[in-house]
Amino acid sequence: MNTLLVVVGAGLIASGGLLALLASRWPRWATGIASGTTVLGCGLGLVPALRVLLGATGEEVRLRWSVPNGDFLVAMDALSAFFLVAIFSLCALAAIYGVEYLQTYRKHKSLGPPWFFFNMLVASMVLVVIARNAVLFLVAWEIMSLASFFLVTFEHEDEGVGRAGWTYLVATHLGTAFLLALFVLLGEGSGSMDFVGFGLAEHPVPRHASLLFVLAVVGFGTKAGFVPFHVWLPEAHPAAPSHVSAVMSGVMIKTGIYGLLRTLTFLGTPPAWWGWLLIAIGLVSGILGVLFALAQHDLKRLLAYHSVENIGIIALGVGVGLLGLSLQSAPMIVLGFGGGLLHVLNHACFKGLLFLGAGAVLHGAGTREIDHLGGLLRRMPWTGWTFLVGAAAISGLPPLNGFVSELLVYLGGLEGVRSASTSHMPILVSVVAGLALIGGLAMACFAKAFGIVFLGEPRSSKAANSHECGWCMRLPMVILAMACAAIGVLGPLMVRLLVPVIALVTGMPDEGVRATTASPCTILGAVVGASVALLLLTVGLVILRKWLLSGQTVSRTVTWDCGYAQPTPRMQYTASSFAQPLTRFFQAFLRPRISLVRPVDTFPASASLATHTDDVFREKVYSPVFRGVARVVSGLRWFQHGRVQIYVLYIALTLLALLLWKLD
Amino acid sequence: MQAWTDLVLILVILTNLALAGLSSFGTCVRVLAFQGVLLGLVTVGVQQGDLSLHTLVLVAGIVAIKGLVFPRLLLRAVREAGVRHEVEPFIGFATSLLIGTLALPLAMWLTSHLPRVGPAVPPLLIPTAFHAILIGLLLIVSRRKAVTQVLGYLALENGIFIFGVGLVRQATLLVEMGILLDVFVAVFVMGIAIFHISREFDHIDTDRLSLLKE
Repeated sequence: MNTLLVVVGAGLIASGGLLALLASRWPRWATGIASGTTVLGCGLGLVPALRVLLGATGEEVRLRWSVPNGDFLVAMDALSAFFLVAIFSLCALAAIYGVEYLQTYRKHKSLGPPWFFFNMLVASMVLVVIARNAVLFLVAWEIMSLASFFLVTFEHEDEGVGRAGWTYLVATHLGTAFLLALFVLLGEGSGSMDFVGFGLAEHPVPRHASLLFVLAVVGFGTKAGFVPFHVWLPEAHPAAPSHVSAVMSGVMIKTGIYGLLRTLTFLGTPPAWWGWLLIAIGLVSGILGVLFALAQHDLKRLLAYHSVENIGIIALGVGVGLLGLSLQSAPMIVLGFGGGLLHVLNHACFKGLLFLGAGAVLHGAGTREIDHLGGLLRRMPWTGWTFLVGAAAISGLPPLNGFVSELLVYLGGLEGVRSASTSHMPILVSVVAGLALIGGLAMACFAKAFGIVFLGEPRSSKAANSHECGWCMRLPMVILAMACAAIGVLGPLMVRLLVPVIALVTGMPDEGVRATTASPCTILGAVVGASVALLLLTVGLVILRKWLLSGQTVSRTVTWDCGYAQPTPRMQYTASSFAQPLTRFFQAFLRPRISLVRPVDTFPASASLATHTDDVFREKVYSPVFRGVARVVSGLRWFQHGRVQIYVLYIALTLLALLLWKLD
Repeated sequence: MQAWTDLVLILVILTNLALAGLSSFGTCVRVLAFQGVLLGLVTVGVQQGDLSLHTLVLVAGIVAIKGLVFPRLLLRAVREAGVRHEVEPFIGFATSLLIGTLALPLAMWLTSHLPRVGPAVPPLLIPTAFHAILIGLLLIVSRRKAVTQVLGYLALENGIFIFGVGLVRQATLLVEMGILLDVFVAVFVMGIAIFHISREFDHIDTDRLSLLKE
């Protein structure tokens, strides 16, 4: 019954999308149908997903499907249910948000297609995590990629958006190619494309298993956004409409993590180097992601780089867990996988929230350029304060949710340092150190983003005339902000909820996992308690301040007023200048292009500074490779010359050659 | 009976050679029409006496379509395109004829290396089929005008037909009707296409259609 309900929910969402497409001529109807069915379908699916997470079973559902080797076989276990909770919650909120957000486009664009693709994206993500047959999985995966591609190219008139779309399409298909190889190899081993067979197949020889693991890391890592497969991410996420960015960044890239975890359940005991590989990927993704985020001037692009960073943290967690599996250290396993998994949910909350906030800024002020904004907190208080909550959460500050999952990974790393042999010491120490570096840089980055966008004085007339969004957009942000706080405060409870998921991924018994979570939960409880106390103290001080000031006149003046006869907004820090000390320090990695016209003489006439930070991997790795491929391939253009006669000659010669070859 | 069948098959080969060497569309179409009639005779000959009603219907259909309907359609297309001769083919008529002649030993050689189809099949049948296919391909590859390419396609189709007659002598009705329908549609489409190409571009030179390759 549970799985069936989820399937019905997904079907409802998909058919709602289809109806919205048919109702394209009436935008009000299209919007209503699509968002309504999404909310309804998500609600319908959320209940059984939670039930399964709490211990109910999700039965197998097999429908007729006449595809060779394929079978419409779906089921739900704790792992699926966990991802479903994230998908359903965030997608429902994004659908509500989209109702108002897309209204801006109503005048010059049809709203049917974006809603159709949005609903298809949601339904296909659901199908991806419940599919139990490789062919069905790949079909759902492909629908997911295509639906998101069409959403990314929603504003395709913009040249940059078109390029982003193509980058995404190429990247996602290269990733799928690896997955195809992975599933073919898995299917070859078991003789069936059902997932059940993969797990039961006699343990593959280690080299073979390692090949499968690498295929999975590349294939799923491309979707998840592991460095160096992340290049599509900072292009595609800013280009999509904001509620889609929230869904893509919050849950769609997590399907990559889901796929990786699901594959791990097929592969048996991992050798230690798998853990090393994931930890290395996690460190590189985390640190480079946050560094590039620091150097961005576009609010959504900055957030997209933070997705890379957070995927890095998830990879770190999974890596620590894998290393624990090969070292047979229960605390490392539970803390690593637990931290990684919880961060999946947490990232869905706060990154969803931040992208929705960025969308509200774009909606209200009409620009994503951080340097054109400023002073929005007074004009958009709801967006501003919820964004602040999200920013604190993503920086890993207690008592919000980001802290809980990062703490688990920290504890896993420390546990490893304490117990593991000396040969694994360096990598585990670097986990702890890397996480600290990532957390610090993330905080700096969000101090910049929040400070420049919401504090100070407006830097342009757009920012000065910005307006707060309506309730359709406010409500999802408020709910997500509350979720961030709730998960943070209820950290120990969340860890307990994760027990069956961890048990399923690692093959440990439930009781063992539960017993291991006891001590980190105590630590969590203590830290959260202390930070709640601190928070209450702060609130108390604020109230005290209000009370003390209540009898006196308090005047407000512009920010940066001290000592200036004529302050202008241009005196403020810009995004570049705020981040300059850090970007300069990491110049070797970032390689920013700086064009500087210095002021000369006593009375300088003009001076200017512009910095631009390209993605190093895009510029230095992929561009040369693809240019080389294009050169080689264009060398074959003489082959395609447009003469029908010669084309037929090709066919005739091929046939003749085949005939002659087969004769003897 | 065998001798008559061989004679018909030799006539088919000769018509193939004529197709390779002739430049006038009108003549080519008539040669093809004659070949269509010959195909009907081949079908009768292969049956070796036991003529059933369905064979007769099939033969009548072949002769009607390949001998009458196609030629009429093609002649109309030629008339409307306003081009009477193939001009400047990629491979000249004499060379084509030479290649056509050389194709015959190639066809024989191919047949000798194929598994035997059975004692009842006339020895010349499969080489003739190959020859027609090769000539058809030659016409498609070496000629400029779309009309000749349609003719080449029909010659190729005839070759496949002969092949089919030799291999599945019984229960052919379904297969053959399918083939006839295919060709009918193909000729129909090509006829229309030629008409439209000539109207749009003032010529039916397929090599000049290479602008469309992008």
